[in-house]
Amino acid sequence: MTQRIASYPGTALSEEDIEQGRVLSVHDRLRADYAWDAGLAVGLYLDGLKAGVILGVRCTRCERTVVPPRAFCEQCFAPMDAFVPLSDVGTVNTFSLCYVTWDVKRIAEPLIPAVIDLDGTSPPAGIMHLMGGVAPDRVHIGMRVRAVWKPERARQGAITDIRYFKPLRRG
Amino acid sequence: MSMRRVAVVGAGMTRFVRRAMETPKELAWHAARMALDSCGLTLNDVGGVCIGSAPDAFDGVHMKGEYLSDGSGAWGKPVMRSYVGGGTGVFLGPHGWYHVASGLFDVVLVVAEEKMSSFYPHAQAAFLTIFDHTTERPLEPNLLWIFALEMNRYMQAYGISKRDIAQVAVKNKRNAADHPCAMLGEANITVEDVLNSEVLAWPVQRLDVSPVSDGAVAIVMAAEGVAERITDRPVWVQGVGWNLDTAYWTNRDLAYPEYVERAARMAYDMAGVREPRKEIHIVEPYDPFDYKELHHLEGLLLADRGKAPELTAQGVTARNGAMPVCPSGGLLGVGNPITAAGLMKVAELFWQLRGEAGARQVPGTPERGLAQAWGDLMQVGTVTILGTQRPA
Repeated sequence: MTQRIASYPGTALSEEDIEQGRVLSVHDRLRADYAWDAGLAVGLYLDGLKAGVILGVRCTRCERTVVPPRAFCEQCFAPMDAFVPLSDVGTVNTFSLCYVTWDVKRIAEPLIPAVIDLDGTSPPAGIMHLMGGVAPDRVHIGMRVRAVWKPERARQGAITDIRYFKPLRRG
Repeated sequence: MSMRRVAVVGAGMTRFVRRAMETPKELAWHAARMALDSCGLTLNDVGGVCIGSAPDAFDGVHMKGEYLSDGSGAWGKPVMRSYVGGGTGVFLGPHGWYHVASGLFDVVLVVAEEKMSSFYPHAQAAFLTIFDHTTERPLEPNLLWIFALEMNRYMQAYGISKRDIAQVAVKNKRNAADHPCAMLGEANITVEDVLNSEVLAWPVQRLDVSPVSDGAVAIVMAAEGVAERITDRPVWVQGVGWNLDTAYWTNRDLAYPEYVERAARMAYDMAGVREPRKEIHIVEPYDPFDYKELHHLEGLLLADRGKAPELTAQGVTARNGAMPVCPSGGLLGVGNPITAAGLMKVAELFWQLRGEAGARQVPGTPERGLAQAWGDLMQVGTVTILGTQRPA
């Protein structure tokens, strides 16, 4: 930093210092259970997923159709209650090949998160989900994909009722 | 505007390290004490305290601002914590500024602290809770995803290669080799090193991303009339801006940070900057990932869309280039204790504009610099513009 200061505090420890108990550290396990209300709009979205339908919502004032649905338009602040079923076919807006889990464990086969623009929305209006049933090196932006659903009896009204999106067969 | 003019008059900073032995309060105290000492003030001179720190989840201490207040010199004083994710460090510019500009305080102490290593084994896992609990979290998202998805979209939209982007990591890590507080300065790093590093979430590789670190930074801000008595070289806050885009981050053009442009326009208007490419002499944009520096230069209107990589390739953004970008070494080189890293950028402008940056000093006599940060679900833009000229 400034050349006028000669010494800088801040003492680095190594991973081993902590693991081998060379410094005092405390491990705590938080107990934090939450009960979340899905809310009006996402509640309908989840009901739709259980029935095998992806619901979007249309703002009749902005004339845009978005997903996930919301109860109000964040842009014009009008109520948003024109729920519309969307196609479960869409286009890969962007994707990644991820070799680490959410808690930073290394994995050999990558997860393939993607933003998928569903047909019937007003782009950009994608959702985040995972790709599957495809070799990682085949995935590309612009790829046409379709939702692969869990069997009806296994659906719970959750985003995971869609197992993943896979490439739409051509022809 | 009937606001008072505000200047930065002092600054302090700890080393950015991995797993600091010091507690968050101790880190904050070191930086705050150093900032006061640097301008010859004591706590008695401080009217109010502005604290910035990122999620409580990192430390496992709820209401971290209250916890940090002792180390931040806030005993018995009016204190306020701001938190807009990664944007917080630069948001402390506007936060400190309006405390003084409003006339409420003559002098404020502004403290940013982050200790990311407390979350064990890796701070990354704390970020799961940034995602929507119902529509996204069941997919077990990794924070790297949103950067990787955005970076891929940016590359695709403008035909930018990994090699183009890797040059940013090389530039910043080399710059950081001259920073005494840097964690990852590397004078001899090459583009090949970046391209050969471990793939974390393609297109993001290990050396494309800044490290998890601990550290603290503090600045002292003072009102016109007071600032000139504290130092003969106050550095003036010329403009501030901030903006929040929607949390529906997948409903957005990921190739361009609109919220950064809105924050920048607010700050440029206030600073009277009409031609930012000519009038901004040093830029410290937020670079937790190398592509982000480029993305942000475009959002700041300092490069045409998709053209920021060319500025890096041509050396325009080198420390001795026409528009030095991250002469400090940025987050990629100095380290990324989130909020502290943002305020480090503001402090860097202070030192650079006073000619006190030592081996990092940009050539010539820069008169105006811009710091910018961004955060949360890629939705926050914050901008602070400092300059040697007292605003009109």
